[in-house]
Amino acid sequence: MSGSERLTLALTGIAKLRRGRRIDVLFRWMTEVFAWAVLLVLGAIVIELLRDSWPAFSRFGFGFFTSSAWNPVTDDYGAASSILGTLVTSFIAILLAVPISFGIALFLTELAPLWLRRPVGIAVELLAGIPSIIYGIWGLFIFAPWFADNVQIKLTDYLGGLPVVGTLFQGPPIGLGWAVAGLVLTIMIIPFIAAVMRDVFELVPTTLKESAYALGSTRWEVIRHIVLPYTSVGVIGGIMLGLGRALGETMAVTFVVGNAHDVHASLFMPGNTIASTIANEFTEATSLPHRSALIALGLILFVITFIVLALAKLLLMRLERAQGQKA
Amino acid sequence: MNNARYLRRRLTNVVNMGVAVLLTGLALFFLAWILFVLAAKGIGYVHPALFVESTPGAGIPGGGLENAFIGSLIMTGLGLLMGAPVGILAATYLAEFGHHTRLAMTVRFINDVLLSAPSIVIGVFVYGVVVEPMGHFSGWAGAIALAIIALPVTVRTTDSMLQLVPDQMREAAIALGTPRWKVTVWIVYRASLPGIVTGVLLATARIIGEAAPLLFTSLGNQFLTLNPNRPMAAVPQVLFNFAMGPYENWHRIAWAGALTTTLLVLLLMIAARLPSGRGRSAKSGQGR
Repeated sequence: MSGSERLTLALTGIAKLRRGRRIDVLFRWMTEVFAWAVLLVLGAIVIELLRDSWPAFSRFGFGFFTSSAWNPVTDDYGAASSILGTLVTSFIAILLAVPISFGIALFLTELAPLWLRRPVGIAVELLAGIPSIIYGIWGLFIFAPWFADNVQIKLTDYLGGLPVVGTLFQGPPIGLGWAVAGLVLTIMIIPFIAAVMRDVFELVPTTLKESAYALGSTRWEVIRHIVLPYTSVGVIGGIMLGLGRALGETMAVTFVVGNAHDVHASLFMPGNTIASTIANEFTEATSLPHRSALIALGLILFVITFIVLALAKLLLMRLERAQGQKA
Repeated sequence: MNNARYLRRRLTNVVNMGVAVLLTGLALFFLAWILFVLAAKGIGYVHPALFVESTPGAGIPGGGLENAFIGSLIMTGLGLLMGAPVGILAATYLAEFGHHTRLAMTVRFINDVLLSAPSIVIGVFVYGVVVEPMGHFSGWAGAIALAIIALPVTVRTTDSMLQLVPDQMREAAIALGTPRWKVTVWIVYRASLPGIVTGVLLATARIIGEAAPLLFTSLGNQFLTLNPNRPMAAVPQVLFNFAMGPYENWHRIAWAGALTTTLLVLLLMIAARLPSGRGRSAKSGQGR
């Protein structure tokens, strides 16, 4: 090989390296742009909702949150009934889903034989996979009538006559209302809470549990006094995650909540939630105040769920970090 | 000996463990109940007409869901084409370059929040930025809404999958003089391909059953259309209208559609667990 040939070879090598380096920079830059896209989506959602809900907020002011009016004829709107319905149905769901999810997580981490853990775990996860709309159809045609005939009537009979709490249980026996919406939400959020609980329960060091067993603790005592205190932050994070889910759930609730703009004290009366109001009325909202009021509802929902979910994530990150320090 | 106390502790234990088993059974019972109802009510109407006839008008007998199935297919496909590559590249930044920088941590945090954000709000957003400026409802608008929902699922799964690739593999390639981008594309992507497929399958399972973001973006269409620039039907959105409607025929079609959609989603979810071979990995994207 002559000297000049060697030189050309070296030069092409350098050129190749340079080109690789340029593509490297370009590639990194491109992926970074797409990472920013995730933040951009969030920013765009917030800006767009703020812009389009502004007419409603400027027209109704703070009264928008406290007014229960909802009148498309006079264009008078208030968010009270929707916000109340969202909170009540989510509260019912959390109240019931937390103990059930805890039971499932306990079963999956401590009780079930190894060969059963995976199939049962997957089955519970499938519950999360069933589309929202399916829960709605099942709730409307199957669960609500069953609940009205078998549970609601009895509750109204036994509890409806009580002073103060009695009003909670009065209403037409059609099943559609806050109670059934809350129950359907319960089933829908169980897999999310149970999955988080199971994952954090598995983080508990075996030595810690075995020490407690060695001292003569029963299984329940180990869970109550070792596992739960160790994972409490994560458990609360999981509950918040479920709450965030329940607050924003749309289609299933729209089917079974009854869709009435009322502020009332009964679990069995038809009501609505923020999400169901938007789903029902958005395409029919032709006047600007109506549409803007619905978008304002969307903004309120987005802000509430964002806060709840961010809190959930922060709690879970705290547990992870504590875990990382110990390891 | 404190026999009474010992007995009480054992009793508490047995009762609580029994309750845990019962509660697990309760959750499984609801899964079985829903699946059973879908099968019982839907199977009778799953026949060829369901797939080759369009949705019937009010009170008209017969018909099927052809336009909705094709609309769902088109919008889900377009949504994935838009959402999945963005998600995979964003996750590439997180796992390959960002690691624990402030930008990467922020993106992960926001992504996890978006993962559970109410899909109806995504619909409202897309209405404002796509439908209103265009002046009409369209399949594109629906696809964009679905892409926004698919994005965080893909980012989450791909990020955790890429992180599973051992650093030694990257270092070995770099030591041989391979440019960084080639390491990512030919080593890291190849090693985590099953995981990336899992993420995309989970995203598909998620968006194929979504109705809320389509209600006022793609709106629905009584007739078959292949043009995403026009309003388009989707199975979940048709189910909403038909199940809420007063006609017996609509209800029958809705049950059949519900059965097919659910089976499809559950199959996708189970398939998503196959390539990676591990339930753990597949779960990360489902933490929605």
